[in-house]
Amino acid sequence: MDLHQIVFGVYPYLCLGTFVLGSWIRFDHEQYTWKSDSSQLLSKTGMRALSNLFHIGVIAIFFGHFVGLLTPHSVFLALGVSDMAHQGIAILAGGIFGSMALVGGVGLWLRRLFNKRVRAASRWMDINILGWIVLTLIMGLSTLPVSIGHAEHGDPTVMLRLAEWVQSVVSLQPNPELLRGVDTVFKLHIFLGMSVFLFFPFTRLVHIWSAPLGYLFRAYQIVRARRTA
Amino acid sequence: MKVRAQFAFVFNLDKCIGCHTCSVTCKNVWTNRKGVEYVWFNNVESKPGIGYPKQWENQEIWRGGWELKDGRLQLKSGSKLDRLLNIFANPDMPEIDDYYEPFTFDYARLQNAPLSEAAPTARPVSQITGEKMDKVTWGPNWEDDLAGEFEKRARDSNMKSLEKEIYKQFANTFHMYLPRICNHCINPACVAACPSGSLYKREEDGIVLVDQDKCRGWRMCISSCPYKKVFYNWESGKAEKCIGCYPRVESGMPTVCSESCVGRIRYNGIMLYDADRIEELASTKNEQDLYQAQLDIFLDPNDPKVQEQARRDGVPEDWIEAAKKSPIWKMAVDWKIAFPMHPEFRTLPMVWYVPPLSPVQSAIDQGRLPTEADGCIPKAEALRLPVKYLANLLTAGQEAPIVAALNRMIAMRSYMRSVHVEGTPDLAVLQAAGISEEIAKEMYRYMAIANYEDRFVVPTGHQEVTLEDFYGHQGQNGFTFGNDSSPGISPNSLFPERRKETVEPRDPAPAADGH
Repeated sequence: MDLHQIVFGVYPYLCLGTFVLGSWIRFDHEQYTWKSDSSQLLSKTGMRALSNLFHIGVIAIFFGHFVGLLTPHSVFLALGVSDMAHQGIAILAGGIFGSMALVGGVGLWLRRLFNKRVRAASRWMDINILGWIVLTLIMGLSTLPVSIGHAEHGDPTVMLRLAEWVQSVVSLQPNPELLRGVDTVFKLHIFLGMSVFLFFPFTRLVHIWSAPLGYLFRAYQIVRARRTA
Repeated sequence: MKVRAQFAFVFNLDKCIGCHTCSVTCKNVWTNRKGVEYVWFNNVESKPGIGYPKQWENQEIWRGGWELKDGRLQLKSGSKLDRLLNIFANPDMPEIDDYYEPFTFDYARLQNAPLSEAAPTARPVSQITGEKMDKVTWGPNWEDDLAGEFEKRARDSNMKSLEKEIYKQFANTFHMYLPRICNHCINPACVAACPSGSLYKREEDGIVLVDQDKCRGWRMCISSCPYKKVFYNWESGKAEKCIGCYPRVESGMPTVCSESCVGRIRYNGIMLYDADRIEELASTKNEQDLYQAQLDIFLDPNDPKVQEQARRDGVPEDWIEAAKKSPIWKMAVDWKIAFPMHPEFRTLPMVWYVPPLSPVQSAIDQGRLPTEADGCIPKAEALRLPVKYLANLLTAGQEAPIVAALNRMIAMRSYMRSVHVEGTPDLAVLQAAGISEEIAKEMYRYMAIANYEDRFVVPTGHQEVTLEDFYGHQGQNGFTFGNDSSPGISPNSLFPERRKETVEPRDPAPAADGH
């Protein structure tokens, strides 16, 4: 087993396992630490633009990856989405939302580093995880020229191989060989992205699990009786 | 009718001397921790002034509280979806400088400085960054005793509709203290705004709390509370607020701010209210009718029908008894001398205020004030404090109830003066103010003497009723491994949970008379 096979055949499971189990354990035992850890109180300047750019960009990218990579090839074809159309959408949407997230992310990272109050209230991991995500975004955007090159030659094979690899991992039949020979920039991006899942339970990212969509459907007032009955 | 009991307060502003003992005791007990250095669950403001945080009453800035939208009650910050769309950066969130940058002083310098001609100084140090501060520019009580320029203080939103130019004159200056805590509202905006549902009102006593485990730091409560009494702990990333000293209250003790009040201005008691009418009454169309609406939500604890329903709704017998003796009921409902602060926020606040009379003795001595027939007690409308200001603060601008209350307080004084100075009780003043001699005597006892047992009628909590498994927590608090005092919120745990349930039968014992 060479390094390639470890990184793309074993490491994904280390990341996913830590992501799920780590989150669960933290939720069970340290729920007081489960929070978005907002620093808006300490500095509001620029937060509205930067935080919205970053969050909306990242959420769109996440769902873009989720749908684009996990939907079986046959389903896309059945829906009439040709490979080239798929690649076009991926490049366009990824480019737009990736840039949004990058602008917001870099702005927030600089704020975290250079705003005295925010810096003083930052933990080591707060600075690191944001930096890591920004790095992942930069790598992700760096794949665009390569992808555009593929698209211009009408060649969707790399995209299809990436999707197939993701599906192989998710279906517990990892096939790292699919990524052999793929441009290094893709591999770097994938490695950085997988690592975000590895770090996830040890950072503020856990607040993503708690996206409060239920709020839309609940009554305004909450009255708690201590009896459980 | 659904009867609920509410732990409620009255603060008698007529006797508040602004000593801040309440603030300091509260601070020492609850918020002397990292992350909440700037937080005062209890603070005392000098009014007129913009207060803490700056301009908290101005909802054009913070969009706190409720409003009527097409006749329906909605948070001023918009629909639920509006808040979720703003969750990444709450546009209405105050910044630390709206409160003040918390500071301490470099005290060690006073001892370690080398010998020098000039006395060493202890420079201020930011409690957030740890850096020396050039100058402290705002603090928890920066406007103390009308400090600062009138122009700045006059941005106080209660000054609207007042002739500011007149009150700018030194001779017309007026001043009062306003002690503030969480209002433990019947229709709390903070609870309604919380996306994760971590804020809640306790069924048994109405105290509003933040579930610290469940809070995710979405910050909507901070801006939605129109009184700005929910705070963000920047260290823990959680919302924190006045907890109504519930561990004390459950033991039958008054809150620590009330207990320590040297002026005896604070009253703690139980009020019964109709939980079925909250939405209806909070939606009262005219803002100025909201004071009356809140009076209407209260239920008379002496009414047998109310008592019967209260029992059915699980209010313990001694709580009904306490409600009958409630100083809050007497001052708010019987005597109508206490008022909710800013009822126009529509949260139905449960800290009520007795408006202050103004110290005017020298003006009377100089014959410059119109007085009542006794020649000693001034007329309410002629007092230094403009009634309009008090009305803007307490009744959404409606002056009549404030004047009536001040007149009752003045009549009580005039009557007591006639008893003690003239030796003959003057009942005419009482008649004019519409109160009986008994009420005047009782008002005197409650407000002037203010005995401990009259001020604080706090029944103990009933853990045997409020806890499903009351043996389950026995002997666990104080020495525990893990979260034993809390049942937790997630039913499924990855790891084996301690078995907390007990086997003792928990059926209520039969009553002595066989019922």
